[in-house]
Amino acid sequence: MKLLKSFLVAAMLFALPMTLPAKEITLLNVSYDPTRELYEEFNAAFAKYWKAKTGDDVTIKQSHGGSGKQARAVIDGLEADVVTLALAYDIDALHDNGNLIPIDWQKRFKSNSSPYTSTIVFLVRKGNPKNIKDWNDLVKPGVSVITPNPKTSGGARWNYLAAWAYALEHKQNPQEFVKALFKNVPVLDSGARGSTTTFVERGIGDVLLSWENEAFLAVNRLGKGEFEIVVPSLSILAEPPVTVVDRTVDKKGTRAVATAYLNYLYTPDGQRIAAKNYYRPRDKKAFDAYGKFFVKTKLITVDKVFGGWRKAQKTHFDDGGTFDKIYGK
Amino acid sequence: MSRNGVIGGFGLSMGYTLLYLSLIVIIPLSTILLSAMSMSWSDFIATVLDKRALLSYKVTLLASLAAAAVNLFIGFLTAWVLTRYDFYGKSIINAAVDLPFALPTAVAGITLTALYAENGWVGSILAKYGIKVVFTQTGITLALIFITFPFVVRAVQPALEELEAELEEAAESLGASKFQTLTKVILPLISPSLITGFALAFARGLGEYGSVIFISGNMPFKTEITPLLIITKLEQFNYAAANALALVTLLTAFAVLFLLGMLKKYIRREL
Repeated sequence: MKLLKSFLVAAMLFALPMTLPAKEITLLNVSYDPTRELYEEFNAAFAKYWKAKTGDDVTIKQSHGGSGKQARAVIDGLEADVVTLALAYDIDALHDNGNLIPIDWQKRFKSNSSPYTSTIVFLVRKGNPKNIKDWNDLVKPGVSVITPNPKTSGGARWNYLAAWAYALEHKQNPQEFVKALFKNVPVLDSGARGSTTTFVERGIGDVLLSWENEAFLAVNRLGKGEFEIVVPSLSILAEPPVTVVDRTVDKKGTRAVATAYLNYLYTPDGQRIAAKNYYRPRDKKAFDAYGKFFVKTKLITVDKVFGGWRKAQKTHFDDGGTFDKIYGK
Repeated sequence: MSRNGVIGGFGLSMGYTLLYLSLIVIIPLSTILLSAMSMSWSDFIATVLDKRALLSYKVTLLASLAAAAVNLFIGFLTAWVLTRYDFYGKSIINAAVDLPFALPTAVAGITLTALYAENGWVGSILAKYGIKVVFTQTGITLALIFITFPFVVRAVQPALEELEAELEEAAESLGASKFQTLTKVILPLISPSLITGFALAFARGLGEYGSVIFISGNMPFKTEITPLLIITKLEQFNYAAANALALVTLLTAFAVLFLLGMLKKYIRREL
């Protein structure tokens, strides 16, 4: 009892400074892997804007990792004020497991809560020796395709759905089409970065299915002059969504600043920073300014073709879904 | 031995042991059991006896056994060299033995893959002879050999150090050949440590994830390890199924550790 008392006193002493009015605000943004550079730049810009507007200092901490893993960390108690993940399914999970956010979270911010978008392109070796032009070239015998495992990688799920949509568009049996495509996949890395390494460093495969921003990174930095980007006739509009985590902001009282933080992504300044980091801005001006980074092709959406992420995940990637059928005997 | 040792007697030290064991080992592990038990019995069976799961056990078990067996041999040899000979740079090699423990497992996986891939400098030589390592079962075993290497060395080394040179001299003077001295005198005496090293290496191999996924290729039904299946269950936020598979791994490891422990006890009695 005495021990408990002294413990409580100690705990209160530690807690006391936190209850004093604080001008110093800290936000935690839990994001996925390739957004590191984007948010480093964006956080500095937002802190400056917030200081000028309210006089308060705001520090934004970042956490990066695989999108699904990050969602689980938040579900398991990581106190994220905002999450900025790779796909809506991972944010849906915050509602489905523990009710951290309302079910209609995607309506809270503009453009499906996705301030920037991306797409999937092909990266081929210099001179395109296998003459790969479109999705139907990927199912030909003798072509080796590199993509991560859709079971573990958010990026790979976009690849898979893009191939599926292509088959639908060309009146082919989509299940047979993806089966033929994955027959040409010699290795399934667990994440997008792993696949890029397999293709670029190990020299395995004729074509890499890649995020547009990763492809530009590979072309411009990893191996200058060794790779070319091929734009298929159809691809998918990847919409990485963002949201405020109600459980955290209500507890910490940071709802206003967290909301302002995400809204700032939609301002011309936020859009410019996204475009500079190879993410497609929604804002036309920013898009035009960095237009050379973005390929032009027909883009389909998960909502229109697949009826949203919940349905797509259940049909294609959950156990017993169409992806498992490819390898089922 | 007196019941009151230097660290405060049986009651206190046992109390602390149980407390720490509970907080750090038993309670976390029992949550696995609880979570797996939240499934219905038929779901549990369907999850752990699924064909894909069964094949992943096979891949994981075979690779772990092979790696532990290889390390039994190389580990013994390394420990022998380190205890029996003095040579220049010995302390450096001695320290290097533990590096696989210190290295982040992902780094180990990436390095091994780079080296043994068909464009890597070991892999390109092997490729000439038609041997493929990366993205095969061999690759998984290779990663596990690397990761679990220190176990056998560190288990056997103290036993070898304690072994008196007189024993070997006595065996020799009684007419034993070198081979007989090794198999009839030395190996039986250090066999409990060899078993410990083997058991630790095997159990560690069952759970290894970080290094293996880079080198295994992760092809369903072929080179998919059980820990990868656990991760794919987690990606679907299916905690119960992930814990069901974890439970199978855990029970396998426990059974093997327990049986080898019994074997060790039996051997000690015979000696």
